[in-house]
Amino acid sequence: MLAPLAALGRGTLAALAGLGHVVLFALSTIQHMLTPPFYAKELAQASLMIGYFSLPVVGLTALFTGGALALQIYSGGARFNAEAVVPTIVAIGMVRELGPVLGGLMVAARVASSIAAEIGTMKVTEQIDALVTLSTHPMKYLTVPRVLAATLTVPVLVAVGDSIGIFGGYLVGTGRLGFNSAAYLTNTMQFLEFWDIASGLVKGAVFGFLIALMGCYYGMNSGRGAQGVGAATKSAVVAASVLILASNYVLTEVFFAA
Amino acid sequence: MIELKDVHKAFGPNKVLAGVDLKVERGTSTVIIGGSGTGKSVSLKCILGLIRPDSGQILLDGTDIIGQPSDFLDRFGMLFQGGALFDSLPVWQNVAFRLLRSPRKAEARDIAIAKLRRVGLKPEVADRYPAELSGGMQKRVGLARAIAADPDIIFFDEPTTGLDPIMAVVINDLIREIVTEIGATTITITHDMSSVRAIADRVAMLHAGRIQWEGPIGDLDTTEDAYIRQFVGGLAEGPIEAIR
Repeated sequence: MLAPLAALGRGTLAALAGLGHVVLFALSTIQHMLTPPFYAKELAQASLMIGYFSLPVVGLTALFTGGALALQIYSGGARFNAEAVVPTIVAIGMVRELGPVLGGLMVAARVASSIAAEIGTMKVTEQIDALVTLSTHPMKYLTVPRVLAATLTVPVLVAVGDSIGIFGGYLVGTGRLGFNSAAYLTNTMQFLEFWDIASGLVKGAVFGFLIALMGCYYGMNSGRGAQGVGAATKSAVVAASVLILASNYVLTEVFFAA
Repeated sequence: MIELKDVHKAFGPNKVLAGVDLKVERGTSTVIIGGSGTGKSVSLKCILGLIRPDSGQILLDGTDIIGQPSDFLDRFGMLFQGGALFDSLPVWQNVAFRLLRSPRKAEARDIAIAKLRRVGLKPEVADRYPAELSGGMQKRVGLARAIAADPDIIFFDEPTTGLDPIMAVVINDLIREIVTEIGATTITITHDMSSVRAIADRVAMLHAGRIQWEGPIGDLDTTEDAYIRQFVGGLAEGPIEAIR
């Protein structure tokens, strides 16, 4: 009779233990981030991989999202004669919410998976052990550059994505919905505040940190063989995506619920 | 100079090391033999600090190194079973990995090429990536990396596993030559008896998590120890169970 309760308890304990491990891993990452040696070349390489090479996927996501958002707001707004709010809502919606969240999710799919697979394979083939025997700390050499690079470059990606998303809205607004080009741009700028943009960038930094952290955590804790690396990759993407959505709610609550 | 005292290590219910005692003198080449899964690799990883033993002592020049900062690893070189080369780096950066992060950075590439030549690889190999090399070449690059910073102590984990018989002889001879040349203390783990005869000054046999027999290579063929007799003779019948 107690079996279901025991199973529930075991699951809860395992989940809490997992959470504890992730928090310790995050603290250890931050500690290693602040103490030398620093690997500048690895940071530059990671920034290129995570930031620069994610530009196309983030840009395309933002472009189509901005366009679809303009269509939706236009048709929704038409119900109460508020079609004119399209530029404002597209801008606010993109920079506050959709830019960071969708950009973050796309980067999570692209980057958390590749980090977990790379580090997981390194673990399985004893490359992590080899690093240690060559007096190089794997956290400093592998985790810190990736986490730092993602924390620094994802906000930049978000900024670029915001701009492209607003441009997508502009294209649809002026091309399909008959907005005047100058009026659309004026409306976009008029009601957009500094904090709208800055809050989105802060979200981007947090998402970037979480994405690379999950990739590294699951990679470093990968099981044996191809199956272990596959499971680590899947878990990294799932965990990064869920954490992005959860932390997005918390950050939105902190920034805007007043 | 390296001494293991009553080292225990279990993974869950599986007791891998059950009180290992082993002494390796400076400048000697010790080979640890034993069947698969008897704890050979775990013993090496315990010394390197990659695995923390449950109990016991590991002394390096008389100092217990368990749980100590890994500075002592500067004196070590290690050849991993699968090579464990960093596949994101070209061969020469693999070999010079430690040098590139030391004051000898400027001469790192030249030293790497010299070490590659020492293990019989041409300088052209230096700019290739590990994935472009054959298994034997990867092993040689791993060997070059292990000796690149002229370590005092070198560990070889199954140096000939997965190689053809000719390449195995080449690697064995290289190890013997290099060890004599730089006067390093070495521990090799293997179950290849030709390696044992080529490399060893002393042999230790690990069985059921303990050192079952230990002695000079000359005694290997004369000892009455039933475990050694069975292992060296490659016999299915004997005290070591064939089904594990």
